[in-house]
Amino acid sequence: MSDRARLPLWEVFIRPRNGLAHRHVGSVHASDAEMALMAARDVYTRRGEGRSIWVAPASAIAASDPDEKAEMFDPADDKTYRQPTDYHVPEEVGDM
Amino acid sequence: MYAQGLINASGDPNAAETPEQLARFQARIDAEEKIEARDWMPAAYRKTLIRQISQHAHSEIIGMQPEGNWVTRAPSLRRKASLLAKVQDEGGHGLYLYAAAETLGISREEMQDQLLSGAAKYSSIFNYPTLTWADIGAIGWLVDGAAIMNQIPLCRCSYGPYARAMVRVCKEESFHQRQGYEIMTTLAQGAPEQKAMAQDALNRWWTPSVMMFGPPDTDSVHSDQSMTWKIKRFTNDALRQRFVDATVPQADYLGLTIPDPECKWNDVTQHYDIGPLDWDDFWKVVKGGGPMNRQRIAARQKADDDGAWVREAALAYAAKRSTQQEAAE
Repeated sequence: MSDRARLPLWEVFIRPRNGLAHRHVGSVHASDAEMALMAARDVYTRRGEGRSIWVAPASAIAASDPDEKAEMFDPADDKTYRQPTDYHVPEEVGDM
Repeated sequence: MYAQGLINASGDPNAAETPEQLARFQARIDAEEKIEARDWMPAAYRKTLIRQISQHAHSEIIGMQPEGNWVTRAPSLRRKASLLAKVQDEGGHGLYLYAAAETLGISREEMQDQLLSGAAKYSSIFNYPTLTWADIGAIGWLVDGAAIMNQIPLCRCSYGPYARAMVRVCKEESFHQRQGYEIMTTLAQGAPEQKAMAQDALNRWWTPSVMMFGPPDTDSVHSDQSMTWKIKRFTNDALRQRFVDATVPQADYLGLTIPDPECKWNDVTQHYDIGPLDWDDFWKVVKGGGPMNRQRIAARQKADDDGAWVREAALAYAAKRSTQQEAAE
């Protein structure tokens, strides 16, 4: 393993244009937030892909465990009463 | 492209893989589900992807050199600006790919070390020199053309972060091929000397480009398993044929000759035939015997050494700033 200086990892989120949410696009290595923003601009917005950039230290992101996917998300699958299609509206009433 | 700290969170990578786990994994692949960074995956799948993605990243980074060679001597401001943008794109592609490889648990630093020590390979095409301006045209047209053929199916690769990186790369790559072909068109329609220069570049870049798809299917060590895992969607020979079929008519349009007397249309197969390729020469170049291998790695090493103080200074500045901020709070 080399002794090279290790630059921390930052996750990059870009808003393509106003009205849309920021979306994860990738990551960069940088010494601080300012440098991470500059690197993200050069790496991810060379063709007008963004109007706003967020960077966050990768280490600050907490994520759900894929091994617990079933416990986390399956309970939502059988709650069809949360869907509008679960309810009957008489045809005569029309669209609702 | 996902937080490095999250990797290996899903259990001990050395734990024995049960037949049930492997079967469940293959079932996900067969159902065209994408595998994401923290999902369980066989150690061999992880290893194959690290090898392939890092090699791909290294190829992008080393690929900046043969083209960078002509930035200062481009024949017009427009050509210079577009070549500079293309070289910058290659750097960007390398970074997307390094980031995708990092999601598998290898660090950027380890990959850099593997490249510089020769432990990791890169595309052998970049071990040839760019002798004339026409080489820049030929590289864009042929090398980027071949790369696009290879990369489009990779957009559907089973590993999510790799597939997403390839979508970005492919979008950008199309400008590269078009700028190359435009250079070739200008030269081919120019003075006899310019057309001769274009033909000379085609003569030198044709065979290495056709070889970019890797060894024939009969000799390709990694192909079968990669196809089963849907990392690869088409065999080396199938992609090579597709490239030849697309490129020969483009050469015809330019009035240039493919430097292969056996290259001709086959009415029976409805494809272009090509002559046998010298794979011994290919392996010689891959293993370090190409004309530029030494220079390529030396230049990469120099860039790395020259940048060391910048990285250290940036980190020292960041540390100082955060201490000052803490003191102020």
